[in-house]
This record gives sequence, structure tokens and C-alpha cells, in this order.
Amino acid sequence: MITDGIIYGINKNMITVEFGGDIRQNEVAHVIIGDQRLKSEVVRIRENLADLQVFEDTRGLKKGDKVEFSGELLTVQLGPGLLGQLFDGLQNPLHKLAEQYGQFLKRGKAVAALSAEQLWRFSPAVKPGAVVRAGEALGTVPEAIFEHQIMVPFNFTGIYEVAEIADGAEYRVNDKIAVLRDDKGNLRPLSMNFFWPVRKAVNIYQERLSPVEPLISQIRIIDTMFPVAKGGTFCIPGPFGAGKTVLQQLTSRNAQVDIVIIAACGERAGEVVETIRQFPRITDPLTGRSLMERTMIVGNTSSMPVAARESSVYTAVTMAEYYRQMGLDVLLLADSTSRWAQAMRERSGRLEEIPGEEAFPAYLESIIASFYERAGLVRLRDGRTGSVTIGGTVSPAGGNFDEPVTQATLKVVGAFHGLSRERSDARHYPAIDPLTSWSRYQSFIGSEQREMIIKLLSRANEIEQMMKVVGEEGTSITDFIIYLKGLFFDGVYLQQNGFDPVDGATSKERQSHVFELLEKIIGGYFAFDNKDEARAFFQKLRLSFLSLNSAVWDSDDFSRYENQVAGLIRESCQQEEDAINITNRQAFMEQDFDSTFIRARSTRTLKDGIPLHHDDDYRGEDADDLQ
Amino acid sequence: MRTIYNKIRWVSGNVIMVQAEGVGFGELAMVAVPGGSSLAEVIKIEDNRIFLQVFGGSSGISTGSEIQFLGHGLKVAFSENLLGRIFNGIGEPRDKGPRFTDNLIEITGEPVNPAKRVIPHKMIHTDIPMIDLFNSLVESQKISIFTSAGEPYNALLSRVALQAQVDIILLGGMGVRFDDYLFLKNALEEGGALTRSILFIHTAAEPVAECLMVPDLCLTVAEAFALEGKNVLVLLTDMTNFCDALKEVAISMEQVPANRGYPGDLYSQLAARYEKAVDFEEAGSVTILSVTTMPGNDVTHPVPDNTGYITEGQYYLNNGRIEPFGSLSRLKQLVNKDSREDHRAIMDGMVHLYADYQETLEKKAMGFRMSAWDNKLLDYGTAFERGLLDLRVNIPLAAALDRSWQILSACFEPQETGLSSELIDKFWPGDDEKSKIDQDRA
Repeated sequence: MITDGIIYGINKNMITVEFGGDIRQNEVAHVIIGDQRLKSEVVRIRENLADLQVFEDTRGLKKGDKVEFSGELLTVQLGPGLLGQLFDGLQNPLHKLAEQYGQFLKRGKAVAALSAEQLWRFSPAVKPGAVVRAGEALGTVPEAIFEHQIMVPFNFTGIYEVAEIADGAEYRVNDKIAVLRDDKGNLRPLSMNFFWPVRKAVNIYQERLSPVEPLISQIRIIDTMFPVAKGGTFCIPGPFGAGKTVLQQLTSRNAQVDIVIIAACGERAGEVVETIRQFPRITDPLTGRSLMERTMIVGNTSSMPVAARESSVYTAVTMAEYYRQMGLDVLLLADSTSRWAQAMRERSGRLEEIPGEEAFPAYLESIIASFYERAGLVRLRDGRTGSVTIGGTVSPAGGNFDEPVTQATLKVVGAFHGLSRERSDARHYPAIDPLTSWSRYQSFIGSEQREMIIKLLSRANEIEQMMKVVGEEGTSITDFIIYLKGLFFDGVYLQQNGFDPVDGATSKERQSHVFELLEKIIGGYFAFDNKDEARAFFQKLRLSFLSLNSAVWDSDDFSRYENQVAGLIRESCQQEEDAINITNRQAFMEQDFDSTFIRARSTRTLKDGIPLHHDDDYRGEDADDLQ
Repeated sequence: MRTIYNKIRWVSGNVIMVQAEGVGFGELAMVAVPGGSSLAEVIKIEDNRIFLQVFGGSSGISTGSEIQFLGHGLKVAFSENLLGRIFNGIGEPRDKGPRFTDNLIEITGEPVNPAKRVIPHKMIHTDIPMIDLFNSLVESQKISIFTSAGEPYNALLSRVALQAQVDIILLGGMGVRFDDYLFLKNALEEGGALTRSILFIHTAAEPVAECLMVPDLCLTVAEAFALEGKNVLVLLTDMTNFCDALKEVAISMEQVPANRGYPGDLYSQLAARYEKAVDFEEAGSVTILSVTTMPGNDVTHPVPDNTGYITEGQYYLNNGRIEPFGSLSRLKQLVNKDSREDHRAIMDGMVHLYADYQETLEKKAMGFRMSAWDNKLLDYGTAFERGLLDLRVNIPLAAALDRSWQILSACFEPQETGLSSELIDKFWPGDDEKSKIDQDRA
């Protein structure tokens, strides 16, 4: 029984509909205008009036226009053929829309996500009589480099017996490939695709595990210092121009996962264009195939309808969960979650809900939390594991992290990669600020070593701030060397040239190898007669190290530059001890790591580099300790 | 004959409400106002209560004023005849030319399918070294000039309009002062560019709401020309006025403000306009250069902040010059690799040295002793500012690159510049050229 309604009111993309009969919250309805059908979704019901957000332009709609309720929730189509595609926020394939309707996105035009024509070679994995449950494989078809599992639809509850199963031949996605019999004896025919409501998390796994295995992004500052685990979550807040999108693009290119889904949510169309034009031409070193074959893009860019932007992140995460169910590791990159939150804010405003901070709806936090909670490492019913990792960029208003979206996100993610304008202005890329960022996941280096680096960097930063006031002359040589070490480590390891073919992506082996080399320098004891000598040494070392960074791993050049670096260290570094001990002794008089850290932060936030008064006192203490 | 309504029930700000039937969302109406009539647009429908935004302002509107709905949304005439013409904010002639009624196209705001866009690849030469050399403008780019009141941003816009190698220029003015309007018009006329320009100008004296249509009118016409294969440059000044008009409407509609009174959809509103910048596969392109004045020169103000997240870079126009720091053209990497082999190296190297110069200046101001190197930097900084940074400098890219080499050679030894030896072998000026610059400096 399908319910009908008529339009009562229109406020931009929010319409109020008078209806009779039953409707469901979040069900899909279509507004009929001429020969166009505008997709919309119920977001509130009040007596006989329902508020619907329309996923299209509402120009020309009138009071009294007909609305057809579908009885179905907003769903996406799941089956073979999703990989390599570019969808809009409602899973319309944009290339096919372009073929059929030209340059512009005409309203009311929809195309099925999966091609109904394409043939897939099916290999059955079960025999008639087998017992199956939702999410278990009935067979496979090859898709790109994967064996795409054709699974029992996720909404099938209970236990089923396979009554019929197709043999190994070619089928279209809508052809019947199996018939299941439920416990009451009813027969259910199945094809290779099914629909799943986007706002509902797929949870037909055995158990959720805690994320431990690092996800290698090949970006050194992330993998070494602020790692992300497979099945974990991370966020990248940063002001405009700090390089969020470039960082996401590099991650999508180099991350060592099976599938990458990019949700370009309310951002520039040009960025999506770069990905769709470049990825097909880039070879994935892991598979030897085009990078596009492991990538999916959900592109609801900033000028596309706002309501569809709100749903686009769910479209993306649902497809991620679908591939996770096949035992794959999926990385979802959402750029930018602030635009998604703003779409919610626009909707909330039109519903005239009581606003929270900065007019964001009061439920902002819980919605952000439940989105990130859809990430996870899971053990499937057949014992394999699969993961969905979610990384979202945040675009805080005015670049100020004390705003609702950043704060709500920080509460729920496992790693925080904060980008800073200072670093990007200084062309220090990736502009992740090592002094504010953090990660709760395990790195391949020990936590002691991580702490050591953080201490070195924050101490070096303090010294730098002090030097701005007292000049180089007023700084002790010991402090000066710490400062140079921090600068050096930042310059040759944390910074990475994303456009250099070698330096742009550093494998895990290479990272740990190079890090060991660096530990010797950081922990090494250097006796220089004066500051110029120290500076000259670190400049020389830096140049050799940069050459090392752009030398191919395991090549002759690499060993040559490595020897050069090692030679330099041998020349000037007088004793080699346990690096951690030395660094701790040299650099950090403060017992309490946290106070160093916080103090470094407070100094940094001051304008014009003039530190707080207590830092002057603090310097005095240091000087005593150094004696 | 369409029905005429004359029962206005509600007037607030520039928004009125009338009871009517069969009206479409976004439809236009003519509202009788004292001494004539004004266009109005339907912005909300609630049962038979129709809320209209009156472009001419609501002052003097009577509850008995007549309202006639037109049955369609805003349209703009499109033809070659538009070239050389000047219109006001709602598309009526501001000059003495005829009104156009044929070949009307509706302003729909349909977004371009991302699958049909191509990666930008052509540079727009402006002969302003701080743009061409350091932050190249690229066809189909959207970029804003971040500036503050009192800066010569309209002069900069008119110069870009005159010198940019594009087919058609659309100039949209929102809340421009009347003498600025005359300045822009005269500049285009004298420069001989008016015949390839179309102006939609809303002046500060006119009703505020009339500026809301200016970007849409400009961009719709620009898009139509682009689809015919033309390369169009759209200049918009000043987008902050546009945002303020949006704010005004939102407040009259009793919308909950998001940030400093601006509506929550400010980002989407701006994006819908800026995203019209496009390079069509197999057709022309639309490039947008806008002006955003920052109230209090504060870049975190909602207007520049949201703009910065949308545009592909920004030029900071400060103290009458385009700042080398902070200014950024995100798309420059796509074009400056093909211009001249020394372009990128010079771009990076010059700015790097200029940053060092700034540090030296600070040191000097704090009374530190100047080393020989510091003195070289001070020389360099002065030469750089005079030879390239000054907005009056008007030379093509190749000449700007040559001048950069001259400045470098006059101030430094080759190895001090940090430039690669290959480039130095090829471009480092000989002694005779050097003496030329020395004479110039003298």
C-alpha cells in the first residue's frame, strides 16, 4: 500500500507534505513535477504533516503538487561493479549520467549504480542443501583484482537452505543465481545484487576486534609518529590552504589497503576531477593494476544539492561495509566532514529546531560519533577479518579548532592529525603539527621512542621561541644543538615532498631503517666549538639526508648516501649510547613530560613569538641543570 | 491574463507575504511600489501564504499593493548583442541601449557534472608579475582577491580585465560606489575592452536586495558563452556585499544565524556561484576572479573564511600590493611547468630570499648587527620590491623572469641564490647586462 501526499509548504530544499495513511520516518518519497520525479526523504512527522528534505532543486514546485511515498528507506545497491566508479551522493553513477544527459546534472534524473548489462562469470561456492546465513558467500565473480563474493543479502534473518544454485557461467547482476528456502519452506530467489539502507550499520559479523595492525599510509609523520590502525578512525582538521586535500589525495594513492573510498563531500569539484583523470593512469605498485580499480569516489561536490551531501557519507560508508564483509581492508576518506555537518545545520535550521552552538543542531555530536563508530576491525562468521578505517577532514571556521565539529570529532577518533597554518606557510608539508597531534594507536616504533621525539621537538620549539628574544648569542651551545636536532629531524623526516616519486611514499621497511639512522643522530653526543660549526654540520647532514630521501630504496644511490650520512655521524658524534637515555638527559630537564608539552603549546600560541614570563624563569632553571 | 493579488499580510525587511494560489517556488512577481513596480522572488511557501523577497525594497509598499506573478523564475537575455552593454542588478539596461526580450535563458543553477570537467591547463597572462610569475591565474580557476576597504582592488580588477587574454569579460558589481562604477566603466572604455565586456552593476545607492542577482546573471551569461566555445573571465566585486545582502534576507526571514549573523548556508550559497568556474570538455571556460573585502582585515571573518575554503587560492592585496606570502594560486602547478624552464625555480627562489630579507628587516629593527649577507639581502629586498612587487610594474612573464635574473645577479653571487647550476649557466646575466641594471639602479 503506497501512501500519497500533496505539498503544503516549501522552504528551499525542505518541503512540508500533507499525507493520509501510514508513512515511515526516513522513508523515501518522490515529488512529481511534470515528468520529473524528485527524490526526497522524510525527516520529521507532525500529525498529518511530514517534512521532507528534497535531494534536488525545488524551483517551480507548487502547493498541491503530488508526492508519492515509497515505503522504503534510503538505500544503496550492492553488488559487483561498484569499484572504479564515480557516484553522486545518492549513488548515481556520474559518468553514465553524463553520457545520457550531457554537461549538466539535470534534476530528477537517476541511473542505477550497477550496470544491468555487464556480464560476470559466476563461480558457485556452495552446493544445493548447504545451510547459509546473511553475509555468507554463495559464490564469487572476479572484479578487478578481487574475488567479489556474492553474498546472502544482509537483511535475510535466520537460517536458509540453498535450494538452487547457478553453475559457473556468465550472468548479469539482476539474473537469478540462487534460490534459498527459509525454515517455513518459502522459496526466495536471489540475484547478484541487493539493497541496504544507508543509515543502518552492517553488523552481521562474529565480533568486533580492537584495531592494532598499523595501516601504512607511507607518509612518515603519520606512520611513525601518529599512526592509524586498520579499523581505526582519524581526523585531519586544518584551516584552508593547509593541505588537507593534498594529504587525503596522497593517502588515497599510497595507503596499503585493499580498497579506498573517497567521499568528496561538499568540496571543490576540481579535486574530484584530478582524482578521476589521474588515477586511471597511475599504476598501483602493490597490484600492478590501475589505481582506479581499487578506488571508488562518492562525489557530492559543493554546488550539488545539499541534502544529498548529507546522505553521501552514509552512501560511502555502506559501500565500505559491504566490501569489508568480503574480508577486505577498506579505507574511507571523507573530505570534508564539516560540509556534511553544515548540511545538517541547514536542514536543522529549516526545520526550525532549537539550535546548539554556532547554530549546529544539538544532536551533532551523537551523529558524528555514530558515523565514526561504523569503522572497525571485525571477525566475520567464517573466521576471516575485514576492516573499515575512516579518516575525515574537518574544515574549522576561521581555522580555530575550538568549534563544534572539530571538538565533536576529536572525542570519537583514535588519531588526530592537526594541520597548522604556520607549517603550511613555511612550506613544511605535510603540515601536520607534531606538537598538537596525537594517536592512540601503536606505531612500529616503540612508545618510548615516540615520546622521545615529541620531547625533542617541543624542547627545540621552546628554544627557538627563546632565541627570538635573546638572540643566538644568548643561547647556550647545548640548547642550540637541541634546536638544530629538532630542526633537522623535522626537515628530513617529518617533512616529505609529496610530488617527488621516491620521497612521496616511504614504505614501512624504509621508515624503520631510516629512523634507526636518525636515532643515532638524535641520541648522539656532539661536541662543537661554536654555533657556526654546529650549524654547518647539520646543514651538511641535512643535504646528504635529503639526497638519501630521494634515492630509490635498496639502490646503489641509497647505500652511497647512507654511507655518506653514517660517515658524517662518525666524524662528529663522539660517543654512542642508548639514544633514549641520552636524549632524555640532554634535552629534557623537566621530569614531567606533560608540562613541557603544555608549555610548548602555550608559547606557540602567542603572537610575535614573545613567550610568557614564566619561560624566562624556566630558562634559568635549565641553565642550572645543564651545568 | 494572470490573477492580480492585492492582499499583502506581512511586511518585514524586504520580505512580504501575500495569500495566493498556484504559485511556484522561485517564481518571480511584479509588485507595485510607489512610483512604479519592483521585481520580487518567491522564497518560501506555506499553504497559501507566499513569501516574497522584494528586490526594490519594501519601503512604501501598501497592504493593498498589487502583485502579479509571472509564472517563471529569473531569466536573462543571451546573445552577442549583450557585448558592450551595461545593466543593473536585475538585468535592466543602465546605459541607453535597448532592452532585450528574445532568447531568454532561465537561471537554473544546474551544477556541471564533475565527470564532464577537465583538469585546468592554460595560463591566463595578466602582465602583472606578482600574478603571472608568482601565482599564475589559470583558465577555469576561481580565485578571490582578499583585501580591505580603501585598497585599490577595483583598479586591479580593471587592469586584469584590460590585459587578460580572454574572449569575453563579465563584470559584476555589488554595492559598488557610484564613482567606482564610473571608474570601472571608463577604464574599460578607454582601454578598448568595453566591446568585449558585459557589465551588471548594482551600486550602493540602489536597494540592497538587487545585488543578490548579480552573480547569477553574470555566471549564467558567462556559462552560455562558454558553451559556445568562448573563454570567459568573470570579475565580481565585492562578494562581501553579496553575503551581507544574504544575511539581511535571512534575518528578515527569522532564520537562526550561524556565525556573526550570517546564515548557515553561506558556504553553499557561495559555492553554488564559485563552482560555476569550469573548463568544459570540448567547449570554452569560465574563470572567476572576485573581490572579498575583509571587515577589519580579518581573514577569519565568515565571508573570507568560507570563500577561502571554496576558491582555488587567494591574492592578498594589502598596502597597495599583492603580498608574496599568503597569496596562493592552487592551480599554478598545473601551468607553470610549461611556461619557461626557469619559472618554478625563480618563483620559489625569489620568494625564499624575500622571506630571508623580511627576517633580516626584523633583526635590523631589533638592533642586531648586520652581516655582509644581511646587507646583500637588504639590497635584494629593495630591488625586488621596486622591480616586481610594485603593482605598477607591467611586464609580460618572460620579461619578469629576465628581470628576476638581473636582480639576483646584481645582488648575489650565483651559488648564494640556491638555484640549480644548470639554470644559472643558462640564465645568469653577463657583465654587460649587469651594468645595465646597475645603471638603472643608479
